[in-house]
Amino acid sequence: MEFKGIVRVVALALVIGGAMTPASAGAQTAAAADQQLREAQAEVARLKQELDAIRAQYDARLTALEQRLAAIAATPVEAAPPPPPAAPSAPAAGSSKVFNPDIAVIGNFLGATGKNANSTQPTFGLNEVETSFQAIVDPYARADFFLSAGPEGLEVEEGFATFNALPGGLLLKVGKLRAQFGKVNTAHTHALPWTDRPLVTRNLVGGDEGISESGVSVSRLLNNSFMFLEATGEAYYGASAVFNSTARSKLAYVGRLRAYRDLTEGTNLDLGGSFAYGPSAAQPEVSIPEAAYSTRLIGFDATFRYRPLRRAIYRRFQARTELVWSQPRSDGAGGETAFGFYGGADYQFARRWYAGGRYDRAAHPFDAALVDNGGSLYLTYWPSEFSQVRGQYRRTNYGDGVTANEFLFQFLFSIGAHGAHVF
Amino acid sequence: MTHIITHVAAALLTLAAANPPAAAPPKVITTTEDLASLVREVGGDKVTVDSLAKGYQDPHFVEPKPSFILKLHDADLLVAIGRELEIGWLPPLLTQSRNAKIQPGNPGYLDASAGARILELPTGQITRAMGDVHPQGNPHYWLDPDNGRTIAKAIAAALGQIAPADRAYFEQRYADFDRRLAEAQKRWAAAMAPYKGTKVVTYHRSWPNFTDRFGLDVIGYVEPKPGIPPSPAHTVDLMSEMKRQQVKVILVEPYFDLKTPEAIARDVGGRVLVLSPSVGGVKTATDYIALFDYNINLLTSTFKQVLGR
Ligand SMILES: [Zn+2]
Repeated sequence: MEFKGIVRVVALALVIGGAMTPASAGAQTAAAADQQLREAQAEVARLKQELDAIRAQYDARLTALEQRLAAIAATPVEAAPPPPPAAPSAPAAGSSKVFNPDIAVIGNFLGATGKNANSTQPTFGLNEVETSFQAIVDPYARADFFLSAGPEGLEVEEGFATFNALPGGLLLKVGKLRAQFGKVNTAHTHALPWTDRPLVTRNLVGGDEGISESGVSVSRLLNNSFMFLEATGEAYYGASAVFNSTARSKLAYVGRLRAYRDLTEGTNLDLGGSFAYGPSAAQPEVSIPEAAYSTRLIGFDATFRYRPLRRAIYRRFQARTELVWSQPRSDGAGGETAFGFYGGADYQFARRWYAGGRYDRAAHPFDAALVDNGGSLYLTYWPSEFSQVRGQYRRTNYGDGVTANEFLFQFLFSIGAHGAHVF
Repeated sequence: MTHIITHVAAALLTLAAANPPAAAPPKVITTTEDLASLVREVGGDKVTVDSLAKGYQDPHFVEPKPSFILKLHDADLLVAIGRELEIGWLPPLLTQSRNAKIQPGNPGYLDASAGARILELPTGQITRAMGDVHPQGNPHYWLDPDNGRTIAKAIAAALGQIAPADRAYFEQRYADFDRRLAEAQKRWAAAMAPYKGTKVVTYHRSWPNFTDRFGLDVIGYVEPKPGIPPSPAHTVDLMSEMKRQQVKVILVEPYFDLKTPEAIARDVGGRVLVLSPSVGGVKTATDYIALFDYNINLLTSTFKQVLGR
């Protein structure tokens, strides 16, 4: 063992150190130097004792281990318990990976057959590739980025930080967000139960992109023992098909109240009321010079769900509706209210199969007399959580007289981190 | 000056005395009923506890309902199974809970798997072609009583941290549970001893810790791959393998459809057992020890009939 050698080196270093330090203080007396030497010697003795103690401990543990080894070798094979596997706390290769965000990529391949004079959707198209990066930022925030690459190029679908450790039970989001207006607007395309967005969204709530803007969102739970009640207030710099901020002072505002309650163990009701107000992006065809336009949206949504807990992976029923009133106004003249809604239901009838239907009806903003309506039937096959195939028959009667009968189909496939389902 | 300080100090003291630390017992939320049962064992009447998932629910596929956000909002401690069992539903609930205490990394978040014996830790490359594999090992680890003990100990420590005044109480409750569990383990080991090495088939890979502990030999699964529902080709293969090895017993969780397992059992002349993987999975599995009592009773009585010993 090398303990003695180490002790000698340490002692030497201490003696040298002790001899060297007083040199700077010229007035040091011999007695003081002597005192220091004695202290150094005492220190060395103490260190030596500690080292001896450690050596004794090691020896004892080694002997114990040797004895146990001998005992194990002596007993029959099955007596040796399997060693508990080490917890995989960090991947061995490159510990820097631990801080990488969760990354997932979702491909949305869309197809369309049949005739629709009002649609430019191609027969086949990789409609969207959504890449998500999600991670905890620090003890106060997490960040979620969703980049969407589509025929129009790459854009940030959403990119925001969420602060969920604020006082007063507040949840603050800052960044680019899908506005909390109703249900469909907040959902990413791949999370919808259909291949398309309903007519009411297309006509009145920002088309395929929806209301997705840069701004802040604050929400709070309104504590009560009867139901889940959440109030959300948001302010955005408008840059969508609904709102367009032409000046810093012209923001768009969104407010939402969501009420949720479990009716029974397997059924629940989800109700929401939404309000949005901001400078209009769209203009009427006959433009009034010097006029500023604003748009007010009022929405109401209701979802009823049934999912028996014991058979949750086989059966599910959902019925949902969303109603939207849009009132575009100019400073000089008022504006007509355009109304639209959809209503529909899905039923899961086997572990991998869902079927459903949807009815659509929506007027156009600035021309409430022009009303589109239609309906869809759809069937979804769900091989696993990471892929999905869907077919949808859609009939649309446009207000301009065009009637379209189409068959739409969709393949969704995702790789990467296991995304959690948002309710 | 000193006068003011004395006054302020006196006022603060009075306030402190008037507002003793909230007398309400700590609120514990668990993701599964098994964890809730262990919290009950250790926490006794000094805590309140509620589970998000029910015992007869597939814990991989729980709906993240807003009512769960309310439960998490004012929880003092969240106990989760971890190992990505709850990955499909817990993260958004945590974000929306607006409760800093129970976020991962804080004392109010307990990952029960730390310290437990985890099986099926993947070695080498894993891909989703293997089905819904759990990259951090099999998360159904609570089905080994020794892991139950480890979890209970971790819960006692976590509760002691949140409610230091009751630390001794929790430790004493843990010691009592430990003793009762050890007695039960002797009983279970004795009951299962005659059936050591008995070959069985299970539906999902929920039972490796259980079968390993009680000496059963799992030769196949009704699911062709974890999370993938049975396919006709795999079912045929499984039936011929069961016949070849004379396997008669299929263990199924209460949340799976019995059609395929029963068809297999008919073909091989065997039996389907609906075991409870969790507390509350069947009515009689009312707590952690009763869960094993139920499963082991069912197993031994079936083995007696099927194997004739
Ligand atoms: Zn599993």
